[in-house]
Amino acid sequence: MSILSVQNVHKRFGGLRALNEVNLEVEAGTVHAIIGPNGAGKSTLLNCFVGRLEPDTGTVTFDGKSLLGLKPHEINQAGVSRVFQTPEIFGDLSLLENVMIPAFATRDGAFKMNAWRAVDSENSLHDKAMGMLADVGLAEKAGEIASHLSRGDKRRLELAMCLVQDPKLLLLDEPTAGMARADTNNTIDLMKRIAKRGITMVVIEHDMHVVFSLADRISVLAQGTVIAEDLPDGIKGNPKVQEAYLGGAHL
Amino acid sequence: MTTSMTKSDLLLLLCFAAAVLAGPVLLAPIGAGYPDLLQKFAIFGIFALGFNILFGLTGYLSFGHAAFLGVGSYTAVWTFKLLSMNPIPAILLATLLGGLFAAVIGFVSLRRTGIYFSILTLAFAQMSYNLAYSVLTPVTNGETGLQLAQSDPRVLDIAFGRDYGAVLPSSDLFGISMTGYPGFYFCGVMLILCFFVSMRIFRSPFGMMLRAVKSNQNRLNYTGLNTRPYALAAFVISGMYAGLAGGLLAVTDPLAGAERMQWTASGEVVLMTILGGSGTLLGPVIGAGAIKYFENIFSAFNEGVLVQAYSFLPEGLQHVMVWISSLFVGEGWHLTLGALFMIIVIFLPGGLMEGFNRIRAWITGRFGGGGGSLAPAAAE
Repeated sequence: MSILSVQNVHKRFGGLRALNEVNLEVEAGTVHAIIGPNGAGKSTLLNCFVGRLEPDTGTVTFDGKSLLGLKPHEINQAGVSRVFQTPEIFGDLSLLENVMIPAFATRDGAFKMNAWRAVDSENSLHDKAMGMLADVGLAEKAGEIASHLSRGDKRRLELAMCLVQDPKLLLLDEPTAGMARADTNNTIDLMKRIAKRGITMVVIEHDMHVVFSLADRISVLAQGTVIAEDLPDGIKGNPKVQEAYLGGAHL
Repeated sequence: MTTSMTKSDLLLLLCFAAAVLAGPVLLAPIGAGYPDLLQKFAIFGIFALGFNILFGLTGYLSFGHAAFLGVGSYTAVWTFKLLSMNPIPAILLATLLGGLFAAVIGFVSLRRTGIYFSILTLAFAQMSYNLAYSVLTPVTNGETGLQLAQSDPRVLDIAFGRDYGAVLPSSDLFGISMTGYPGFYFCGVMLILCFFVSMRIFRSPFGMMLRAVKSNQNRLNYTGLNTRPYALAAFVISGMYAGLAGGLLAVTDPLAGAERMQWTASGEVVLMTILGGSGTLLGPVIGAGAIKYFENIFSAFNEGVLVQAYSFLPEGLQHVMVWISSLFVGEGWHLTLGALFMIIVIFLPGGLMEGFNRIRAWITGRFGGGGGSLAPAAAE
C-alpha cells in the first residue's frame, strides 16, 4: 500500500521549471531513495511534502489525506518528520531537552498550556527520550548544550528528535552530506536499524554508496522529471540514468 | 503542590521569600531600608519578572510593555473609585485587563518577528500613551492624571458600610492602610507569588517550548509545534505581570498618569531585565532593584552635595569636578544609567547574574569547591 502519493506535481520558479509532472508512490515500510544530479529538483520535491512549498498543480497525499495547504506543524502532527540537510536542532538547549520537545509535541499536540507541571516529573517521556539518545549513541552527552556537538553528532541528535515521535514517514535530506566515511557508515547502520522498525523513509542522497546500501526502491530525478523508477539493481543498469549522471548536456 | 519541585528550587524560593520579607533589615545598611523604595523594588521586580518570561524565554523583545503597566494603574484607580478601596479587587482587575490588552496587542504584533515585532509593540504603546493623554481624557483624566475623589461611588465599600467620611480615602486591606511597611509587605508578598509562578513556568514543558521558540523556530515548526500560540501565551502572561505591577503602583499611591505608559518606561524594563540577566530566574528582580536603587541615589544628588564632596580640592579644580559630576547626577542620572548599562553589556553580556556566577565559580575554584552546593543555582 502506498503511504505517500505524489501525482502530476508541477512547480515553477519564474522561468525555471523546477518540477515537471512528477509522479511518485512510496510504499509503506520501505526505504525510497530519490537521487539525481545537482539542480534536479530533489529538495524542491521534498519541500512540497512538508508544507514549505506548495506545488503549482498536482496532488500530494499522505496516508489518504492531502498535504496541500497544510502548515509544517500540521504535517508533522499527521506523522511526517524531517531531517534537514544542515542539522536543525535547538542549539541553546540540552540534548535531552532537544529530544523531549518532539516527544511532547507528539503526546500533547501542536499547542498545550502545560505551564504548571515540572518537566522533571514527566518520567515516561524522560525515559523515552533517554532511550532514544542511547539508541543514537548520545546518552552520555544528554546534559550538554546541543550547539557544542560535532556535525555528525548533531545529525544523530536530529535523527533521535525525529524518531522519538514514532513517525509514519521520515524524510531525510542528504543525511550524510559533509560527513567523514566512518561517520557515514555509522549513519547507514543507524538508518538500517530504523528501517527494520518498519518506519517508511524517503531519502534524498548524492552518495551512491549510501543509496545502494539502504534503498528498497529508487527514483531518479533529472531536470524536474522522474526519468526512472526501479529496484536498485534495475537503476544500476539503466542507460537513461547513466546518461543523466555521466553524459548529456552537462558534460 | 510542591510535589514536583526539586529541593534546590524549594530552597531558592525560601531564600528569595526570606530575603524579600527581611528587605527592610537587609537593605538598611545601603540606605534602602525604607518602605517607599522597597515598594518600588518589589513592583518593578514583578514588572521585570513578567517581561523576562517573554523576552528572556522566547527572545521576543517588546518595547511596549509600559502600556500594560499604565492599563493596570488606570484599572486599579477606577476600581478604587467605583468598587472599593480594598486592593484585592483592584489588582485582580488590573492583572486581568493587562492580560486582555496584551492579548490584543500581542495577537497583532506577533505576526512579525525580530525588529519588526519590537517596532509594532513600540507603536502600540505610543498610541496608548497618546490616547490616554488626549482622546481618552474622560477615562484617564488626561494630563492631570486619574485621581480619587471624595464623591466616588465605591459601591462595595458603601454596601459593607465602610465610610471614609470627609477625608480622601487611601487604599486599605481590611483596615490595614497600604502605606508604609504594610504597603511594602503587600507588594513583597505579590513579588514572592510572582517569583513562584515564574519559577513554575521556567521548569514546565511550556517554559521549555518558549526557550525552543528563541532557539530555533524553524525546527519547532517541523517538530509539530505551533509557535504563535506559545509566543502569544508568553506575551499575555507578561502583560498580566505588567498589569499587576501597574495595579500595585496605584495601590501604594492611588494616582495614574499617562507618563507611566511612555516609551521610556518600556525601555526601562528592558534595561532592568538585561542588566540583571535575561532568561535567568532571579536576574530581572536584581536588575529592577539595582536600577531603582541607583535612580534613587544619583537623582538625589545635587550641586550642594557635590560641592561638599569635592571640598578637599583646590577651588578651580573643585568647580571643574563639580561641573563634570553634575552631568551624571540629579536630572542627569540617566547618563550614569547609560554608562552602567554599556559596561554591563560589554563585559557581562549575561547581566549581573553572569557576574555572580563567575564570582562563585572563581571562589569554588579557588577554595576547593566547598561552598558551591549551598548557594542554589539561580541561573537556569
